[in-house]
Amino acid sequence: MSSPDKTIVSLRNVGKTFESGTVALDRFNLDVGSGEFVSLLGPSGCGKSSALRIVAGLSTASEGSVEGPGGAGAGHIGFVFQEPTLMPWADVAANVRLPLKLSDADEARSRAAVTQAIARVGLADFARAYPRELSGGMRMRTSIARALVTEPELLLMDEPFAALDEITRFKLNNDLLVLWQQLRRTVIFVTHSVFESVYLSQRIVVMTPRPGRVFAEIAIPAPYPRDERFRTSPEYAGFCRTVSEALSQAMAGGVP
Amino acid sequence: MSERALRIGLPVVTLALVVLAWDQIVRLCAIPPYVLPGPGLVLATLIADSSLLWQSLLVTLTITFEGFLLAAFGGVALAIAFNQWRLFEYSLYPYAVILQVTPIVAVAPLLLIYLPQPLAVLACAWIVAFFPVLANTTLGLNSVDHNLIALFDLYKASRWQVLWNLKLPAALPQMLAGLRIAGGLSLIGAVVAEIAAGSAGAGSGLAYRIAESGYRLNIPRMFAALLLLSLAGVAIFFVLSALSHLALRRWHESAVRRER
Repeated sequence: MSSPDKTIVSLRNVGKTFESGTVALDRFNLDVGSGEFVSLLGPSGCGKSSALRIVAGLSTASEGSVEGPGGAGAGHIGFVFQEPTLMPWADVAANVRLPLKLSDADEARSRAAVTQAIARVGLADFARAYPRELSGGMRMRTSIARALVTEPELLLMDEPFAALDEITRFKLNNDLLVLWQQLRRTVIFVTHSVFESVYLSQRIVVMTPRPGRVFAEIAIPAPYPRDERFRTSPEYAGFCRTVSEALSQAMAGGVP
Repeated sequence: MSERALRIGLPVVTLALVVLAWDQIVRLCAIPPYVLPGPGLVLATLIADSSLLWQSLLVTLTITFEGFLLAAFGGVALAIAFNQWRLFEYSLYPYAVILQVTPIVAVAPLLLIYLPQPLAVLACAWIVAFFPVLANTTLGLNSVDHNLIALFDLYKASRWQVLWNLKLPAALPQMLAGLRIAGGLSLIGAVVAEIAAGSAGAGSGLAYRIAESGYRLNIPRMFAALLLLSLAGVAIFFVLSALSHLALRRWHESAVRRER
């Protein structure tokens, strides 16, 4: 499904040191091909969110080189935060329209794009609802619709489902995969859940904590579409074990 | 009885009991009206002097309203300026605080010396009322969700877009709370200045009527004017609360009715 010939994101020896002296990333390398679904997996505080923010251009690397679509102007990157991060005073449609509004997009075209983005995440009946009237899962769907409304090449997701209950999370995982297959965008997905990363990704980058470095890269060659059958298959369990072991080694600071 | 009926009914019952007790005490102890007039006499005075008191009420309300508008626009504008230019905030904020903490009763006589009387009264109303608008709006502008700011950054929003589409709507609840306080305070500022001006022998607002009636021992009229002032304060509070509710009812927790 991916076309590995075209690299869309490339981080080389990236380091990030905060003013407090905390080293979030150290000699961090990451290449993501166009159309790929890659997960960054690691314990909290391992710098995976920092890496994502650097790719988004929300944070700058202290050292190393960063290449990505962020330099190409607004709207090439969609970002989904851990919280839905919606404007409480605006309804679903207005929240989803925000990126287009900020780029002064054509009114009629942006209305069509908003309607389509809302329909894609299954919220067509809730366009006029305010965030506080929605469930946690629906707020997150709104947030995903907003990230997709500019049709970005790259979708960055920072533990988007961590605060949701398991049933909702499974549903959103499934829907995210369906969207990914439909739209063929590149996704970088940050998570601390082994099970979520195996279920979703083509490739998992396991990170060490403090400082954040790449510990191992594990390919998950299971075919898509993946569904509940995959989630309960021995194959899935096997991948989870492999990734789990890599993660515990990474946390123990061992060598692969 | 429902919660709502109790909330409206009980204060009315309390009022009736207090007025009844007041009336009975004045009658039974035969208190002369120049010491304490009964409620009936106050009401009669209110009606008898209605044209005079009404004129004065209009004067005071006009000044209150003008002071409130200046405080609202001035407070919000200053808060926006503080938010946009940090150095401007550092230079001026301490003086805004000083203006607020210096008792207005002490400032009013001075203002009356330097400014024409109507302007001095207006200035007093403004000084008292603008600070809560400034302080609350500043708080609101500074407590915007940082992830939303990051989102606006991601889409390369201009400063103006961040202010207009993010900071101002986010600050609206605090801004409205500030305005609600400012409404009551601008009435207080106007009254204080009128009292100060009244002793200098000028003015025709309600507070001036109170001072004047005091000198003439016309206690019933003092009560009648005081009653009008309180009613004006209550009305201002209700109007501003209703505006705040209308603006926030769809989205803000403070205005959302919760089912139990």
